[in-house]
Formats: sequence, structure tokens, C-alpha cells
Amino acid sequence: MAKSLGPVKRKFSPWTDPSAVPFIRFENITKRFGTFTAVDNLTLDIYEREFFSLLGPSGCGKTTLMRMLAGFEEPTEGRILLQGKDISGVPPYRRPTNMMFQSYALFPHMTVEKNIAFGLEQDNLPKGEIATRVEEMLKLVKLEQFAKRKPNQLSGGQRQRVALARSLAKRPKVLLLDEPLGALDKKLREETQFELMDLQTKLGLTFLIVTHDQEEAMTVSDRIAVMDKGLIMQVATPAEIYEAPNSRYVADFIGDINILEGTVAETGSALGAPGTVRIDCDGIAVSVEQECQAVKADKVAFAVRPEKVRISPDQPSNTSVNAVYGEVWDIGYLGDFSVFLVKLADGRVVRAAQANVSRLVDRPITFGDMVWLTWPLDAGLVLTR
Amino acid sequence: MKSSRFDATVLTLGFAFLYIPIIILVVYSFNASKLVTVWGGFSLQWYKTMWSNQGLMDAAWVTARVGVISATLGTVLGTLAALSLVRFTRFPGRMLFSGMIYAPLVMPEVITGLSLLLLFVAVGIDRGFWTVIIAHTTFTMCYVAIVVQSRLLTFDRSLEEAALDLGCPPVKTFFKITLPLIFPAVIAGWMLAFTLSLDDLVIASFATGPGATTLPIKIYSQVRLGVTPEINAICTILIGLVTIGVIIASISTKQAEMRRIRDEHAAIRGTT
Repeated sequence: MAKSLGPVKRKFSPWTDPSAVPFIRFENITKRFGTFTAVDNLTLDIYEREFFSLLGPSGCGKTTLMRMLAGFEEPTEGRILLQGKDISGVPPYRRPTNMMFQSYALFPHMTVEKNIAFGLEQDNLPKGEIATRVEEMLKLVKLEQFAKRKPNQLSGGQRQRVALARSLAKRPKVLLLDEPLGALDKKLREETQFELMDLQTKLGLTFLIVTHDQEEAMTVSDRIAVMDKGLIMQVATPAEIYEAPNSRYVADFIGDINILEGTVAETGSALGAPGTVRIDCDGIAVSVEQECQAVKADKVAFAVRPEKVRISPDQPSNTSVNAVYGEVWDIGYLGDFSVFLVKLADGRVVRAAQANVSRLVDRPITFGDMVWLTWPLDAGLVLTR
Repeated sequence: MKSSRFDATVLTLGFAFLYIPIIILVVYSFNASKLVTVWGGFSLQWYKTMWSNQGLMDAAWVTARVGVISATLGTVLGTLAALSLVRFTRFPGRMLFSGMIYAPLVMPEVITGLSLLLLFVAVGIDRGFWTVIIAHTTFTMCYVAIVVQSRLLTFDRSLEEAALDLGCPPVKTFFKITLPLIFPAVIAGWMLAFTLSLDDLVIASFATGPGATTLPIKIYSQVRLGVTPEINAICTILIGLVTIGVIIASISTKQAEMRRIRDEHAAIRGTT
């Protein structure tokens, strides 16, 4: 069945506009539970209609941050502004935010219909209007024929859609999604990710999603905040986070990456090539085209994504690329990609990923082969943090 | 199959040990003879005369009222106690309080009864119907608290948070979400409290006063004057009531379980 994909997504980047007013503002937020600091003096702006992800491992404070916005926790210090108004002290039942819970939290003693109507009934809307809105929501999540079912008569995917419909029924200013797709299998999850993005564009709402799944965050978000131990490590678009992580932590957390520790051997000005850095990684010299603050002898890390590393049995003729030589130690076949683990002479392992573009290769690279790994100057990164 | 014969023997002996006294009581309630220990043929006469024994009937009525009122009060208080013990996890002395809720369960009834008696005397309350109710409420609420507490421990708090999040204030959330979901446990607590109140002799005899003789007290005092077949008859009726209650409770939980399993299967099949 052909499906209309709707209009092409517009370019959307209010965070680059200095005059834009943030929709939600976390201002120097600290949250302590006893002696444990869950969120540490954090400041973050989220803009209207943005699809924003809080990404991090469990215990990094992302859920606490979301729960503070919903009103289930009060910040120990700092304040939260919604459309410029301080919402500290406003109880959750008076906040214009709605949340989709990780466990879905559907009321088991109510039908699907009643679950969706619950929030609307609290606003004392007229019966007719509630019925219309519920119907509209059921249609939105394609569950019309399940209106009279109880939650335990639904499959996981259907429950997830009921939870979504219930949290959208009140047309909240901000929809909070706590690990919304965690309980679904991979295929359904991917499908639902696109449905979520579609909905968000269609309804023009601000979505804040908490997830530990980096793929999910990359797929759905306009911007991602990568968190660790109550701090925000980086806030940027998925592409920036992936291509230009600002620290070892972010680089390592998002996707697969080779990280080699080293020191700055020479900076651009001394090399006569501004914007280039040469790094000595314990005997391996690499050059990177990058503007960076590091000066000579600084401890830095060099990082390069496996898919930017080319693998070949032949020595490169081009001397302007970075190259290392080693033995194929292991091969991971992923279907679309093959990952080669190459052991260098000193025992360090560098990974290279190659797209399997043709089914048969004349000279397949296999275990024990001696190979050259090469990457251009603009492929790698210098990480100072 | 030697072991299975051994199992059967043990089982038979165990059940015999449990039920023979009760069976004897039931059988002798249909005894035509006035002598409890001599079988004089089948008769229902004691069930008839029982109804005209005004003292026994009054006691039964008192017991029923005490049971209903104290079980209801005990259930309300016990549920509240369970809620606060489960919900307020960080107040000083919480461990002490949650331990203390179990104390009346293991406390000898004589001590509970005596201490209540001392309290009533000290405060200067005339003992009677309401003191029995207070006494029964005091000890049954602990049982209710424990039953409800165990249900609340597995209660998903995010259901309440979801209700709050959707604009429902806390008290309304309790009545619309929490209470309906823990209701089976509350009812089970009430049944337990009612049964405990029904068959309590020791605490009631300390707390009671003139005009508030409960059935166990009545039976006990009559037995001292000699067991009459009437007592057997009323005890048989009590046994019957309790048995019916237990059977109904177990059937309904079984059905709920089967319905849940059926629902889950329907959900797994997808049924789109």
C-alpha cells in the first residue's frame, strides 16, 4: 500500500537564532536525593515544536530531569520556566505537560476508551466533546475497533498506542515520553519511531523524550542532549553529535568509534598549514584537519569512526592520507556491513567497517591477512575532553 | 508404588487429625438424643429449638453487628495504615512502625484483652457493645494492614502518577485509581477481620459488659454448664457459613485468574 509521506520536512533550527525565546528552560537545576546528586547545576533550553532527546546511560539523571518538568519531583535548586513562567511548586495535575510512561501505566480497570477520556474528564469538558476527542485520538493511533477492550486484552504495540493517545488527548503543550518504545521489538520500534515523528510534525507539539537507545534518539530528534552523571555533555543535532562529538564520552557513547590516546606533536601554524593538527599516538603519527584549541604537548585523543576507515591489502600510493598497517584479527559480518578488527604491531586494535556493496569480491580480505587502513585528513577528530 | 501409598496414608491421617473433631460436632448436631455423647437417631430438632433460644439468638445478633462494624472500621484504619507505611518510605522510625504493626498478631490475646480492659477502666468507659467493637477494631486492623500492604507493595505507582499527570487531584486519584485496583485486597482484609471478630472469645470477654454477650462468649459459658446439642447445631451453621465464604472467595479468585490468562492469550495472539 502506498503511503503518503506528507510534505518534505522543513528546515528547523530555532536554537541557532539568538532572538528565539526558549519554550522550556531549565535554569541551574540541581536535584539531590539525600547525598546523591542526580542532576548537577544544569541549564538547558528547549524550543517550541522541537523534538528533543535526553540521552544517557541509566542513572545519568535524564529521567529525573523529565520528572521535574512533569512535576513529580521538585528541583533542590534552580528553576524551570515554561513559556517564560516559573512552574516551581505547581503540582503535576495543574501543569500543561502530559507524560507517556515507560510502563505505559494504563488503568487496567478501564477500557481503552475510558483511559483516553480520563484526562478530558478531569477538565469537565462536555460529554459530547469528550466523545469526539476520544474518537479522534483512536483514529490517530488506528485503534478504533479496540475502544471497548481492556488494556490486558491488547498486545504490547497496541498498549503503547493507547498510552500515546491518552497522553495526547489533552493536547499538552509539551509531551514527555519516558523510554516510550523500550518494550517493543526492533521492527515495531522502528515503525513507531517514524509514526512518532510524523505525529509530532502533524500536531506541532514539543516532544521531550528520554531514552538510553542512541539509535532511537538519532532517528527521531531535532536535537539531543547527551548526559552523564547529572551533567549535560553535549547538546547538538544528531549529525553534529555523531560527526563532531565534543568529548571522549560522547564519541564513545554514540555509535562505534576508534579512540587512540596521544599528544599534540605539532599544531597548524607551526606546520605551515593552519587548521591542521598532528598527533603522536604512541608511535603512530596522525594528521587531522580541525580547528582546535589544543597546543603542543597537550594530552588529547584521536578518534575516527570505523566506516571512515578504508581497508585494503595494498599500500596506499597517496601519502597525504593517514595509514596504519596490521593483521586482520577478527571479522564481524553484519549483513549490510562487515567490521574488520585489525591488530597493529603494538597490539592495539583499530576497527574498519566496509559496506558490502557487491555479493562477491575478487580478493576477499580474511583472517590473518596483512592490511593497510587509511583515512583522509578530514575523517578523524581531536578530542580534548 | 510404595511412596504413593505412604503419601496417601500421611494425607489421610493429616486430614483426619484436622477434621474428625469437626465431623463429630456436625454429626452430633443431628442427634435425636439430648445426651451429646449418645447417638439416638437422626433429628433436626436442635435446629428448631435453637431458634427459640432467645439468649443464643441475641448473642448471634450481637456478634453479627460487632463483626460488621468492627471489620468495617478495622478495614478503613488498616488500609490507611498500610498506605502510609508503604508510601512514606522516608520518615524517622518507619522500621519501628512497620514492625509494630505485626506485634498484635503475635501478642497473646490475653495481654491484648487485659490491656484494653485496663484502658477502658482508666478512661472510665462503661464496657458493653462499643468497647467490644473498639477492641475488635484494634486487633483486626493489623491483619487488614498486612493484607493491604502486601498488595500495595506490588502496586505500580506510575498509575497514580499518570492520573495526576492527566489532571486528577490526589484524593480523587485515590478513589478513582488506587482504591478500585486494591479493592480485592481490601475486601479480603474485611473478610478476614469479620471472621476474626466472629470467633474471638478472649479479647471480647475482657472488653464486654452487660448486654453485649457475643456468640463465642455465650457458647463458652453454656459449655461450662454442659454441652447441649443446640450448641452443636449453631456451630454447624457457623461452620457452614465460613465454608461457603471460603468457597465463594476461592472460586472468584480462580475465575479472575482464568479470565486474566484468557485475556493474555488473546493479547498475545495479537487479534488485530
